[in-house]
Amino acid sequence: MFLQLVVSGLSFGSLYALIALAMVIIYKTSEVPNFGQGEMAMISTFVAFTLLVTHGYSFAVSFIGAFIFAAALGVFLEFVFLRRAKDPNILSLILITLGFQMVLYGLASWKWGADQKDFPFPVSDFDVINIGSAVISYLNIATLLITLFLMFMLFLFFRYTKVGIAMKATQQNAMAARINGIRTNRIMSITWALSSMIGAVAGMLLAPIATLDPNLMLEPLLKGFAAAVLGGMTTLVGAALGGYILGVIENLFGGYISLEFKSIVAFLIIVLVLCFKPSGLFAKHYVRKV
Amino acid sequence: MTNLLEIKNIETFYTLIYALRGVSLAVDEGTVTAILGNNGAGKSTILKTVMGLLDDQPDKGTIEFLGKRIDGKDPEVIVRMGLSYVPEGREVFDELSVKENLLMGAYIRRDRGGIRKDFEQIYAYFPVLKEREAQWAGTLSGGEQQMLAIGRALMNSPKLLFLDEPSLGLSPILVRDIFKIIKTINREGVTILLVEQNARMALAISDVGLILENGRFVMKGESKELMEDKDVQEFYMGMRSEESAKGFQRWKRKKRWR
Repeated sequence: MFLQLVVSGLSFGSLYALIALAMVIIYKTSEVPNFGQGEMAMISTFVAFTLLVTHGYSFAVSFIGAFIFAAALGVFLEFVFLRRAKDPNILSLILITLGFQMVLYGLASWKWGADQKDFPFPVSDFDVINIGSAVISYLNIATLLITLFLMFMLFLFFRYTKVGIAMKATQQNAMAARINGIRTNRIMSITWALSSMIGAVAGMLLAPIATLDPNLMLEPLLKGFAAAVLGGMTTLVGAALGGYILGVIENLFGGYISLEFKSIVAFLIIVLVLCFKPSGLFAKHYVRKV
Repeated sequence: MTNLLEIKNIETFYTLIYALRGVSLAVDEGTVTAILGNNGAGKSTILKTVMGLLDDQPDKGTIEFLGKRIDGKDPEVIVRMGLSYVPEGREVFDELSVKENLLMGAYIRRDRGGIRKDFEQIYAYFPVLKEREAQWAGTLSGGEQQMLAIGRALMNSPKLLFLDEPSLGLSPILVRDIFKIIKTINREGVTILLVEQNARMALAISDVGLILENGRFVMKGESKELMEDKDVQEFYMGMRSEESAKGFQRWKRKKRWR
């Protein structure tokens, strides 16, 4: 029982981790938690669904198409709305992202309707393998592996590529980045594209487990946000770990205490973290001496 | 000698504050030019205006670099033309390693060989940076950060280097070291425009000095001449001009440069 709960907790946790990563990447550059993240992922998933089911393209084509759409959507939202904000403060930027959320939600409901759809996926959710006493589906394994792979790629990207380092540089000191010739506006676009694509992966991995409808990402987004707060909004590693921790805790709570109240765990964690360690568990931030 | 940078009559506002009131300046190739002045005279503002860091400024006037107009352009574009800037207060990337910081300095360059050579050159100027290559820049001392900021600006292999208060917050010995290296960098062929409060040091290494007050240049001359000048000595180098019989200064020279 315990092992089972942990294993499926890790699988869900990796989805939270992806959403948390997507949010943290944007938070670090724009200093705004993007509450539109979930809906951006949901719409991208719908695009994959349309290509797949309505137009009958193959999985590869549809998924790549959805990623391109996700990247374009991220760039579009940043370029058209956030960049236009004159003398923005954090609150107004948050309100803009909440605006995205509502607009995209409405758009999806209008275009695809509110009825639930089955999202086909190349990996089955019903075939399982046994690990000791625990049962884990192929889809869960795929979710775990894809997430870990993505995280590894992100790590390499931020560690070794010029654009990745420039992204970190822009996050730390935009003025200094500009005087070194880094086009910070372009970095911002890349950030949003990257984040939106990571979100889309989460959406497409979640859709076959749940069912596809405009509410797909509502709860996962909040969980992802909680995971990011838990791990620390400023660290990618922390956010990812936060996702896994939240997934496991939530599942254990559901298994041993109360299934009905499973969802409140995330909010409880937000409250507790903000009370006791507001910077998050893993934030090792260099604090500048004044 | 040709003018690398030519500023003509620029005026800069911070919303309603009239910070630069018609500043003209020409920087000759191969020289070190020093701008001196008190707090709030507008020294840094000149550099920021030229770098394009102030939105919609200069309000009036033109700036030419290498014969091309650069006023109103973005810093990203200006940097690409070969103008590097070491900002006041260093502004290194705290959570990048020293090496990554220098790499970001070379962000706009593609020639790997040249970049490697410049790395070695900078490590030769500042051996301590080589030792701390893998360390986060935020963990360096102030002096090391200043060295890093200068090194980062040099990685762009600039024709003209702006230095904004390189002596800020450093110990006197470090200041002397840094100025020595600035002079060396100049001899290697980089033209330098220096903004300083430490007039003595700045005049010692510069060829031309200008004095800025309330957003206007009030004096210009060869650095050697300026060092001899009575007013400059009293107002910027802290020398006393005259003492009374009782051994303290009874009156103060006041000068309005108008």
